[in-house]
Amino acid sequence: MKETIYRSHVLVCTGTGCVSSGSKNIKMALEDELAAKDLSDEIKIVETGCHGFCEKGPIMIVYPEGVFYCQVESEDVAEIVEEHLLKGRIVDRLLFKEPFTEENIPSYSDIDFYKKQKRIVLANCGRIDPEDINEYIALGGYEAVGKALTKMTPQEVIDEVKKAGLRGRGGGGFPTGLKWQFARNSDSEKKYVICNADEGDPGAFMDRSLLEGDPHRVIEGMMTAAYAIGADEGYVYVRAEYPLAIRRLEKAIKQAEEYGLLGEDIFGSGFNFKLHIKKGAGAFVCGEETALMASIEGKRGMPRPRPPYPAVSGLWGKPTNINNVETLGNIPYIIKEGSEAFSSIGTEGSKGTKVFALTGKINNTGLVEVPMGTTLREVIFDIGGGLQEGKKYKAVQTGGPSGGCIPEEYLDLPIDYDSLLEVGAMMGSGGMVVMDEGTCMVDVARFFLNFTQSESCGKCTPCREGTKRMLEILNRICEGEGEEGDIELLEDLGQHIKDTALCGLGQTAPNPVLSTIHYFRNEYEAHIYENKCPAGVCKELAAAYVIDESSCVGCGQCVKVCPVDAISGKPKETYVIDAETCISCGACADRCPVDAISQG
Amino acid sequence: MSKINLTIDGQTIEAKSDQSILEAAREIGIDIPYLCYHPDLSLHGACRVCVVEDLESGRLLASCATPVGDGMKISTRSMKARKARRKNVELLLANHPNDCLGCDRNRHCELQDITYKLGIQKEDVEKYEGDRRELPLNTVGPALKRDPNKCILCGRCVRICEEIQGVSALQFTQRGFDSIVTTAFDLPQAEINCANCGQCATVCPVGALTEMSEIEKVWSALEDDKKHVVVQTAPSIQATIGEEFGMDAGTVVTGQLVAALHRIGFDKVFSTDFAADLTILEEGNEFLKRLKGNKKLPHITSCCPGWVKYAEHNFPDLLNHLSTAKSPMQMFSALSKTYYSQQSGIDAEDIYTVAVMPCTAKKFEKDRDEINASRFKDTDAVLTTRELARMIKEIGIDFNSLPDEEFDELMGESSGAGTIFGTTGGVTEAAVRTVKEKLTGEPLERLNLGFRGINSAELEIGDRKIKVGIANGLANAEKLLNKVRAGESDYDFIEIMACPHGCVGGGGQPRPATNEKKDKRAAGLSNIDVSNEIRKSHENPQIIKLYEEFLGEPLSGESHHLLHTKYKARPKN
Repeated sequence: MKETIYRSHVLVCTGTGCVSSGSKNIKMALEDELAAKDLSDEIKIVETGCHGFCEKGPIMIVYPEGVFYCQVESEDVAEIVEEHLLKGRIVDRLLFKEPFTEENIPSYSDIDFYKKQKRIVLANCGRIDPEDINEYIALGGYEAVGKALTKMTPQEVIDEVKKAGLRGRGGGGFPTGLKWQFARNSDSEKKYVICNADEGDPGAFMDRSLLEGDPHRVIEGMMTAAYAIGADEGYVYVRAEYPLAIRRLEKAIKQAEEYGLLGEDIFGSGFNFKLHIKKGAGAFVCGEETALMASIEGKRGMPRPRPPYPAVSGLWGKPTNINNVETLGNIPYIIKEGSEAFSSIGTEGSKGTKVFALTGKINNTGLVEVPMGTTLREVIFDIGGGLQEGKKYKAVQTGGPSGGCIPEEYLDLPIDYDSLLEVGAMMGSGGMVVMDEGTCMVDVARFFLNFTQSESCGKCTPCREGTKRMLEILNRICEGEGEEGDIELLEDLGQHIKDTALCGLGQTAPNPVLSTIHYFRNEYEAHIYENKCPAGVCKELAAAYVIDESSCVGCGQCVKVCPVDAISGKPKETYVIDAETCISCGACADRCPVDAISQG
Repeated sequence: MSKINLTIDGQTIEAKSDQSILEAAREIGIDIPYLCYHPDLSLHGACRVCVVEDLESGRLLASCATPVGDGMKISTRSMKARKARRKNVELLLANHPNDCLGCDRNRHCELQDITYKLGIQKEDVEKYEGDRRELPLNTVGPALKRDPNKCILCGRCVRICEEIQGVSALQFTQRGFDSIVTTAFDLPQAEINCANCGQCATVCPVGALTEMSEIEKVWSALEDDKKHVVVQTAPSIQATIGEEFGMDAGTVVTGQLVAALHRIGFDKVFSTDFAADLTILEEGNEFLKRLKGNKKLPHITSCCPGWVKYAEHNFPDLLNHLSTAKSPMQMFSALSKTYYSQQSGIDAEDIYTVAVMPCTAKKFEKDRDEINASRFKDTDAVLTTRELARMIKEIGIDFNSLPDEEFDELMGESSGAGTIFGTTGGVTEAAVRTVKEKLTGEPLERLNLGFRGINSAELEIGDRKIKVGIANGLANAEKLLNKVRAGESDYDFIEIMACPHGCVGGGGQPRPATNEKKDKRAAGLSNIDVSNEIRKSHENPQIIKLYEEFLGEPLSGESHHLLHTKYKARPKN
């Protein structure tokens, strides 16, 4: 069969983000348009996984030029085909505009968001069709596991991973090679490997993107792990809320089985591997290893005391190795390129890259992969394009509900496991929430604690009861009912929960509170002692709005938006806000065309 | 198992490497407080009350769930450990009703004990003042009631129901602060597959799970001049109730028990052991009949109401293998309102029957639709061992100084065989003593057959080999019966008791109970058996008289009417 050679490839992102903003319609419109113009044999449409720049989706990249179109709509398709694909003229208005220079950047690789990234794990995401195993293989896929199975002993594989210095990307940062070694050292006929895809941090979607955009990479990583520890069966534990990831993974497993890459006697090496998908019901705590295994076994997802560790007695009592999606995504690179190539990236104690889900009050939100040791400033300002509306940076929250808030003084901190811990935060799975001056840090602490309290499995006393009491105190403070001693009680309870909780969820739950108290104690104090929320977020503490008489033009628009009828006056005259009635929602100030309203 | 050395509170000791820090500490006389730990259940590690400090790392460890390590230096009493332990108890109390005065477990509550020992004050708890769990109580029974607001989520009930009983009637549900232990879909106890065994109530450290009390009902009957109140006490009570009055487990207090019942004001004090002998004659003959006809084998015992209900839910296909003989309690009650009424000349309508049982399932059994044979309600009230102890305490009887008294005539005499009904293997042993003699026609010389604690045996009776299976704990029963169901076992006779160790480990027995205590209680019953002059049910003179004067012979028409029953399949849910 003669392969069709296309003169151009149009990559349409079909990650969850772009799909929700309409990329499936764009793809259909493109198909119709190409057919109408009789171009279907010349131009190929490729559905890819996530490019990470979801903020600007739907995303379309046209090769060979590598022109990056963003926020494309179905109506734009005809113009792209006519101008770009037929006449070779780039459609300027759909190009990415740098936030500061306001310059249009045509090429994918010239955009700051991508320029400073180093994509190892995400290398194929957005480049290949994740539903076609041939595309993965064409880019060197399954070479690594082929090498491991045919040229390396299991111990050599483990040694290579150890030498690479890879640490777990799911939260704790435990050395992956060592973890594998423990499982290998456990003597048992039956062992399991598990891929932990129970991604649950608010706003994080690293694992989902990788599973959606490059599922074979994860499968290859799992196979390598299984070979290394002596397992012949594996589970991917993935949230049922990730239907696209599940569908693509199912398809990938099926294709791999058809190609003999999963099943019996893989690569003629005698190694067998069977892979299952287990859908989780979306409990955050099931990301904890022992709870995850309980869930696979059909039990309630509750952690159990360790030891015994999973490497000794895990799933169904058998030695089990559990790695996070991103951790496994690094394995093919390490085996194929060698440990030195990997360990040349990163810092002394943290090798390789890390994927972050960059969100919050930042211009370029999305998924980024950077070398370990990149500073927070580079990620937030260079890649993230700085803060929205030119506002002032206040803090970045890393590590999700287990992490902490890092203030401005540490912006030049190189990101790695140890440096983040030193400043009271943690790597976590890679959530990175940027906050500006309009963010109340007490409210942020409350948000995360509310999350962990409602996601606590309820098993151990400190986590179930203690986080509830901390949350009540935070609620009290935010509502203007804070009392002297509350901060100290929060610190005391927080440390207590860290010291005595059963599992990682509880042991880290107080971190957002403790770190905000550490760096922003004055904000807590302002709430309690001055009855003020400095950021103006806590409604009960916010000052009433007032209208500046000299600026008011009497348009009356403020009256229309006030939800509590606190504004009175007549058209063409000056309006007045009743301070007693005002709930400080700020709707009037937002609406006022002459900026006459401000908080008193 | 290898030995290691560690230091606990400055003492260097040798410990087995599979021991927990908590166990090792206890061996040198240091009792670390705990709430979720239970020696007979799997490790849970949830209450975090047993925390101790690892002096090397400064970390706090849950001593119940942490194995000892060579060279460990542990402090159970460092400031850090003590503060953390206190704080976890304080947090539990901040979400607990703390209405100890009105609680069934007042003065017998593990949480209250620890609170006292740690010296926790009201203000220590008040600083955490906030929401409390406020859920409706579950008090519809039939056997047990639950107060979810008292629950401290230690999970002992969940574990015993799942691990020992294989029922899983209770489970954790909800998350975070809303977490709670409840039945499937919050259904009432009467609508689920609960066997009513009450094991949950025996391990609950607080007052969240207790029996449905019938104390007031019994006091009213005693107060009613028109009522002639007859009480029967189950075999195991005489070896367990002493614990409620500070005696060691297994202390035999038969005479004092009878004296106390007389003083409470019961008109007649009889023994369920008598009815146990009767059960052996009925069930023994039924078994002989099946054995001769080689049908409905294995013959499965039916004296345990927890087991019967479990079978109705889980093994409806095997119900025809269950003996149709009623439990001793129900046989006794039926006779109270027929035979005893006739012999004493007291109108059955005026007789009120109370049964003192080690068991919560008996409270359900007495209310079964098909159980009554006397035209009246055969059993009017069931008291657990604990309830009877409270009645004795309420009216200020000094149990320890009571003289020994004898059971009343007519239905008070029993053989040693009837007594050992109260422990696992006892029914089998009692049955064999009678069946073997009946079958061979020769007197049985060797009596102590040693069925307690074993799960299968083969006997030669005459020219026939008989294979018996014995299970206590419903999870064990399930394993045994799955084999029967699959046709993989060739038992002729199977004895099943729902509770671990049988009735001595019943859901109505004194708390706290451990396997160690249950074993001592069983030994107490064996002592009674050994010292009894009559050791075979068919030699009990009052039983002989009963057949001669009233029933005719075992399995007679009258026997069938009064002493046998039927079962019905129930949903497995």
